[in-house]
This record gives sequence, C-alpha cells and structure tokens, in this order.
Amino acid sequence: MDLAFVVLIQVLYAVASLVIVSAGLAVIFGMMKVINLAHGEFMMLGAYAVIAALKLGINLWIAIFVVAPIAVGVVGVVLERLVIRRLYGRMVDTMLATWGLSLLLVGIVTSVAGNTTAGVSAPLGSFSVGAYSVSGYTLVIIAVAVALALAIRFVLTRTQLGLIARGTMQKPDMANALGISPSRVYSVTFAVGAALSGLAGGLLAPLTGVVPTMGAAFVAKAFITVIGGGPAILAGLLGASGLFGAINQLATFATTPVLGEVALLVAAIVMLRLLPQGITGRFFKGSL
Amino acid sequence: MDRRSFIQSSAAALAGTAVPLFPMAAMAADEIVVGSIVDMSGGLDIYGKPMADCMTLAVEEQNAAGGLLGKKLRLATYDPQSNMQLYAQFAQQSALKDKSTVVMGGITSASREVIRPVLTRNKTLYFYNTQYEGGVCDRNTFCTGVTPGQTVAKLIPYAMKKWGKKVYVVAADYNYGQITSQWVKKFVQDNGGSVASIDFFPLDVTNFGPTISKIEAAKPDMIVSALVGGAHISFYRQWAAAGLTKKIPLASTTFAGGNEHIVLSQAETDGFLISYNYFQNLDTPQNKAFKERFYKRFGADYPNITELAMGTYQGFKLWAEGVKKAGSLDREKMIAALETGISIDGPSGKVTLDAATHHCVLNVSIAEVRNKQLNIVETFQQQPPVDTSAVCNLVKNPKDNQQYVIKV
Repeated sequence: MDLAFVVLIQVLYAVASLVIVSAGLAVIFGMMKVINLAHGEFMMLGAYAVIAALKLGINLWIAIFVVAPIAVGVVGVVLERLVIRRLYGRMVDTMLATWGLSLLLVGIVTSVAGNTTAGVSAPLGSFSVGAYSVSGYTLVIIAVAVALALAIRFVLTRTQLGLIARGTMQKPDMANALGISPSRVYSVTFAVGAALSGLAGGLLAPLTGVVPTMGAAFVAKAFITVIGGGPAILAGLLGASGLFGAINQLATFATTPVLGEVALLVAAIVMLRLLPQGITGRFFKGSL
Repeated sequence: MDRRSFIQSSAAALAGTAVPLFPMAAMAADEIVVGSIVDMSGGLDIYGKPMADCMTLAVEEQNAAGGLLGKKLRLATYDPQSNMQLYAQFAQQSALKDKSTVVMGGITSASREVIRPVLTRNKTLYFYNTQYEGGVCDRNTFCTGVTPGQTVAKLIPYAMKKWGKKVYVVAADYNYGQITSQWVKKFVQDNGGSVASIDFFPLDVTNFGPTISKIEAAKPDMIVSALVGGAHISFYRQWAAAGLTKKIPLASTTFAGGNEHIVLSQAETDGFLISYNYFQNLDTPQNKAFKERFYKRFGADYPNITELAMGTYQGFKLWAEGVKKAGSLDREKMIAALETGISIDGPSGKVTLDAATHHCVLNVSIAEVRNKQLNIVETFQQQPPVDTSAVCNLVKNPKDNQQYVIKV
C-alpha cells in the first residue's frame, strides 16, 4: 500500500517534470513553429540564474520563481530581435540558427562560470510514507506543473493577450490588418516561451548537477513530448506528458532505468506511427 | 590600429593558435614531444581540467630540471571535447604529425579503447593514467591508475565491517560501471555478504526517484555507487532530498573524483566512504612539497587536487624515470626500461611499475567525507594490481593485446 502511494507520487512527478521541461518549447515550437534547438540551453541559463542569484544572497524561492524566468525571458527577447525574427517561416533555417545559438550559449557560460559542476540542495527536506521517504521538493514540482497548466489555459482563453497571440499565429496578415503588430506579438510570445524554459531550469537546479552542457539531457525529451502532443498546445502537452511520463516511470519501477528510457522512446515511436499528427491531431481536436 | 596592422596581428594570432595543431616536424629533432589528450571541455571536463593542469606542471618541472637526455620537452596538448571521434583523430595526429615520444591521456574507458589501438598501430608509447576498471593487457600501454583489485578490495570489507552485509549497487552504464560493479559483487560475496541488486544508469539520466524507492524497498545495509559525471550528481542530491543520507550509508568508487564533495552540501555527503590512491591531505613530506609547488603554479584557491590529476603527474614521472634508465627514446628500449620495476616516490607514496601487467603497485587509502573534506581513515601500503595480474602476464605473453573482463 505504501509502495503504491510512493509509485503514484513518482509517476505524478515524472509527468509533472515533463510538463515543466516541455512547456517553454510547446509555446515556441507549438505556437510559433520555431524549432528551438537552444531550448535545453535556455533551461541551463535558468539554472545558472538561480545559482547566481543565490550567490547574491537572494532567497531560493525568489531565485527560482522570479529571477530565473525574468533573466531568461530577457535573453529570449534579445535573441529574438537579433536572430530568430529574420527566420520566421523557415523551419530548417531556425533549426540551424538555434543550434548555433545553443553552442554559443554553452561556450559563453563555460567561459564565465567555468566548467565545474555547481548546484544547490533541494529545500523542504523529506516526509515519510510508511517505510518510504519522499522528498518534499517532489510535491513542489507537481504543484508547479498543475499551476503552470492552469495559467497557460487562463492566459490563452481568458485574456486579451492570449487571444491576440493565438489569432496572430494563425493568420498574421489578418491580425496586421486589424492593427496588431505581428512582430511585437512574436517577440512577446518568444520571450514567454524562453521565460518558461528558464523557470524549468530554475526548478530543476536543486535536483540535478548544474553544468553548461546540462541542456542536452532535456532537449530531446521536450521535443518528443511536444511532437507527441500534436497541434493543441495545452491538451497536447498534458496528454503526451501524462502518457510518456507514466510509461517511463512505471517501466523504470518494473525493470531498470535503461529500459525505462527505452520504453518511453518505443511508446513515442508506436504512438507517432498510429497518430502521425500527435495525440491532439486525432483526439481533443479543436481544444487548446 | 589600422587595417593592415589588424590583419597582421590577427594572422599572427591565428598562426599562434595553429602551432599545437600543426607543429613542424623539423623541430622534433632537438626536443622531446609529449602528447596529452584529455577532455578540457564537454561533459567530462570536471575530470579533464585538473589532469591537464598536472600534466603542464609535470612537464614544466622536468624542463626546469634540465629536460630529459639533454633535450627540452614540449607538451602537445589536445582537447577532444568529450567526443570519441576527436580522440581517434588526435591520437593519430599526435603519433604521426607530432611524432610524440609518448602519448598520455584518455579518461573514460571508452576513450582509452579508442586511442589504444591507434597508438599501438603507430608504434607510439601510451600511458593511461586514470583510475579504471582494470584488465587492460597490452605491451605498448602502461595503465598507472589504481584499479578495483586495489581500491574496491579494501573499501568493501571496511564498509561491510562498519555497516553490514547487504549491499545495493548503483553504477554508470558503460564498461567502467559494468565491470566495477562485478568487482564489488565479488568482494561483497568474498566477505560473506549479498548483493540485493545492481542498477545501471546511462550517463544522462537525471531522475533517480524510482531507484531510490526501490532501494528503500530492498532495505540494504549500505549502497555502493559507481556513478559518473555531472548528471549523476543528481543521485546524491535526490538521495539526500528523500532523507536517506542519514538512513542508509554509502560507499563509492567514483565519488569526489570530479570534486562532487565540494559541489554538494555537507548534509548531502557527510559519512560517505571512498577509496583512492591519492588524497590531497595525505600527510607526507612529498605531498606537502608537491602541494606547495602546485598552488604556487595554479593559485591557492584551486578547489582540490584530484586522484586523476595526481595519476597524471605520477604517470609522467614514471615515464621520465624510464627514459632516464633507457638512455634512449627508442620505444623498445623505453618499454624494456619501464619493465625493470621502475619506481618513484610520488606525493601518494611509492609507486612501482609491475612488469607483468604494466600496472602499478601503490598505496591505497580509504577516506570519509566530513564537512566537505576527505578525511583519511586508513592507508594500505603497496597494493599490487591483483585483478589484472590474475589474467595478464606480459612477460610471458608479450603479444597479448586486449582488455580482460572478470567473470564472477
């Protein structure tokens, strides 16, 4: 019974961390169709923002929830202005450009922060479930994922900004004719996506070693999740994270971590064979 | 600065950076080229940087003492960026273009197995100075690092006596982790214990939640970790976050090799047991003198002189002794001289090359992590490489050329 509960928490955690890791990419790739291969490096920047903020004596929670997203959001604005905006509509070109950006960011951070591993301990300690103990921070990750999903839904459906953004992504000419500047909307959307990636990096900093090359571990999973999710941003994100996170974690419990990763990839391949448009290409059509 | 002088100075700068890549063969006549290939960038740079620094120091010291055989040494360094393809390419360059007298380098066993055949084929002497899983048997290769037959053999009985007999192993999923965990299993069984499970993790795995729950369910008396690299630091972090650092003790064959004890907090690491050939706070006159020289060269705030860095330094010293004894840079003569039982009094104690295995007889210490320091609790003098000597005898079979894997 205890074990079942612990497994449940671990599965929720795996799903939640996929949601958090992929949210920024879902906005940038899912909405804007920009293949952002620097997504992992945006997360890495978020993690380093937390480390830097802690060194300045800023509270850990403020560092994670305020400093990391704002810092990476600003970087996002700058990069969008300098590079990305020249390449909208040219998917392969954005891929090359963002790959170059990812290498550049790794290089810059390495020369500034050095190549030794940094990090911060997870706060909140642990609590016991029968014979097992679970890290309190695990629950924070789960809660943040829920809050993030609700916030994305709220912004996209209930606010002017969300409506304008969705409209602009679908028909930029029409939005322009209505007096909205698509270039500004793109800029803001990219910044929001970058900020979400920064938040993800900040949230994961206490759980993993922070090194300039850490982004590589996350970018593939984020892409699998977003592509598996299909055209609807939020429903796709939640659907794919739920499916892949649960399969990965349950397979890891049942067998080994290696087979857990394999199970995730096999599930993704089978699913994309059956549903080439992703989960929301077939189901939940027309949802967010 | 006008345009012309800018172009001239950039051309000069470019030529300057190109020198280590394309040195002139003519220069090799009055100098000895020592090749060094270790990762100074990429995922393994936490290990490679200190190794490169120690190599630099060793060569500088040798030159200050007048070089070798009346010639100056020149270090030709390559950074393979944690990329196996570059290892092959640089080993080739080091042997053919630089005409290196010896090549030292390689960190992971994978990189060693990339360089080794290239250098053997090109008849260039190879020194692998990293602690590793043992079993390499090759006349052209000298493995001066410490092996499980030396460290695990001492660490496991010590930890089992202290903590109990049921052991759970977590290890990195490549040949180091696979083979080392077999050694752990062997020594646990030899000491009357049992291994509950051995779990392997790819190097980029960062989520250890399910494993941690599984370990709790198995209720071991201790766990043994052979995890490697930046991503695997997550394990110690999540282990502590789940409150287990205080409940289940941990021994490791790799911890602190990349200065993990400095990155992680005191609460996350207190009480871990590790075993290596070298620890920075070894209390010997040689070590004190070495530390003085090292800090003078690289700054007093250098985080920690690692086992791998010292391995590199001592490996170089052994080779230099061999050259002195051989009185020649001919590869056969150097090997013959190194096989006479050359030894040095290094900062870690006496290190002697064993002719039959091309491995070292050296001291092994066990240390406990306390307050982010590695405190030595026991030192074992002059441990032979029993693992490799059980399968390898280069005196009898000089043509042998493979890595043996122990079957338990």
